[in-house]
Amino acid sequence: MKYESQKVALYYIAGALALFVAQVLFGLIIGTIVVIPNTLSELLPFNIARMIHTNALIVWLLMGFFGAAYYLIPEEAETELYSPKLAIVQFWLFLIGAAAAVIGYLFHIHEGREFLEQPLWIKLAIVVVALMFLFNISMTVLKGRKTAITNVLLLGLWGIAIFFLFSLYNPSNLILDKMFWWWVVHLWVEGVWELVMASILAFLMIKLTGVDREVVEKWLYVIIGLALFSGILGTGHHYYWIGTPGYWQWIGSVFSTLEVAPFFAMVVFTFMMVWKGGRNHPNKAALLWSLGCSVFAFFGAGVWGFLHTLAPVNYITHGTQVTAAHGHLAFYGAYVMVNLAMFTYAMPNLLKREPYNQMLNMWGFWITSSGVTFMTFALTFAGVVQSHLQRVMGMGFMEVQEQLGLFYWMRLGAGVVTFVGVVLIVWSLAVPGSVKQAGRVAAQPAE
Amino acid sequence: MSDAPADWGVLSELPGNPLMWVLILGELLVFGALFVGFAVVRLLHPEMVLAGQTSLSIPLGGANTLILVTSGYLAARAVLARSTSKVAESRWWLAGAAALGACFLVIKGVEYADKAAQGFGIETNGFWTLFYLMTGFHAAHVMMGIIVLGIVGWKNSVENLETGAAFWHMVDLIWLILFPLVYLLR
Repeated sequence: MKYESQKVALYYIAGALALFVAQVLFGLIIGTIVVIPNTLSELLPFNIARMIHTNALIVWLLMGFFGAAYYLIPEEAETELYSPKLAIVQFWLFLIGAAAAVIGYLFHIHEGREFLEQPLWIKLAIVVVALMFLFNISMTVLKGRKTAITNVLLLGLWGIAIFFLFSLYNPSNLILDKMFWWWVVHLWVEGVWELVMASILAFLMIKLTGVDREVVEKWLYVIIGLALFSGILGTGHHYYWIGTPGYWQWIGSVFSTLEVAPFFAMVVFTFMMVWKGGRNHPNKAALLWSLGCSVFAFFGAGVWGFLHTLAPVNYITHGTQVTAAHGHLAFYGAYVMVNLAMFTYAMPNLLKREPYNQMLNMWGFWITSSGVTFMTFALTFAGVVQSHLQRVMGMGFMEVQEQLGLFYWMRLGAGVVTFVGVVLIVWSLAVPGSVKQAGRVAAQPAE
Repeated sequence: MSDAPADWGVLSELPGNPLMWVLILGELLVFGALFVGFAVVRLLHPEMVLAGQTSLSIPLGGANTLILVTSGYLAARAVLARSTSKVAESRWWLAGAAALGACFLVIKGVEYADKAAQGFGIETNGFWTLFYLMTGFHAAHVMMGIIVLGIVGWKNSVENLETGAAFWHMVDLIWLILFPLVYLLR
């Protein structure tokens, strides 16, 4: 850490980690409701708990991106942040807005669009928060050095704000409603978020491996080129069977198949950089998260996405547990892991802590990753069985659900393991480690 | 570090900007996938495809093939002229290439208007969906190619011209597969 103002990132990382725990906790609650349906039925209905699970995820990932940007941009732009005060005000506004939304949900105050359930005034507050953030980081970059990393990161972050505006447009025609809904949901996670992810990974590769900036930048351009080339028209894979014209089946199938390419490029990129880089950086845990991120994103977003992206396959699997499997592994691999990679890299620097719980953090990596992987397989098998019984054999929805009980129990078990891993990760980042442990890690021979 | 800043691996050996070749590979994958899709549709519904094909105009498609190939030749001449530092001459060649590209689009427009008048739309059946998607995507690339030729004519350097010509030849190449596949092979 070279600039004092990078410290505002600490607010965002702390907020993100707290919401991370809440998100996984609510995941455990809904996982329990699925297998024991009357759990908390009076107090916390499934739909409310699910909203909190998904909204908390999105909010903490965004908070993490904000924190990552506040850490990364001063260092890249080689200048102090334009206004650290504004960044702190923005944090509290965002956190209070998120808390108000959750409390509102508990009292059944919400709108009806999935993931965009926030009442209008919360959405407007999010727009204000986004504008404060964009103003702050854009002004910082404008007065400082402009690198490929800051350019791509700004493009991604501006894109997040711009596409969020479509959440304010809610046509009464259900087909148009869904079409534009995907402009937020899809063009975020399979478009502009990938730019944020690629630029953060590029930053971490420069810091952790010591490979030349020029080399990293070339990869960054190729990755974001592939991401936008495939991801924008890849939106078509959400336009099957929702009332849109049939040609979307071709556009969606072809372009979303290519969405695997940027994720594959990220795997090759991170491993090549580590292989070529000469630096033996002491923060092994951050490197583990970075490599894990590209690999898990490739499987979760790339492979598990491809599994059901072709129109003839999706005709059978649409809206089954296959989607849930993909959703969990993709979010974990791409966006949870890139955030945790950044937090793991930045926290010791921000807190000026040499001896931190690196081993514990890596245990957290393996336990959480195992939990999410097992969960993904359980849901994938559930989805395959569901697709067959419901769509091929023509059994009724609830009849099929009863057949899936075993898989839902396994998912809950995997959720408990995931929760344990998450607690370890948060603990390792928040609590100072012993000097002895840090020494042990540093003494490990270089690869 | 062993990597020199300009090292793009295998892409370094190709003329023009390496990022253009990443785009070209992506485009070939997209059109390749659509061609495979067309082959599958033809295998599943041979009568439907044949009926559609007999409604297509081979003379118009053939004329467009000659136009694009000639246009590609003019673009190649532009690169050749620029490599011997004849900037003004290269711009004339590029203008000729772009003008032929515009001719292609006009003929494509006549063809579309004719098909629409006969009642064939993108939703008519599987053949027409693919016909309009593939030729439409291709025509969009011709439009983009004309803009690219304009930009490299303006920012006139050997590397830029090679980059623009590479894109233009890609547009050319795709048509050279699309035309026989959709119009001729029956």
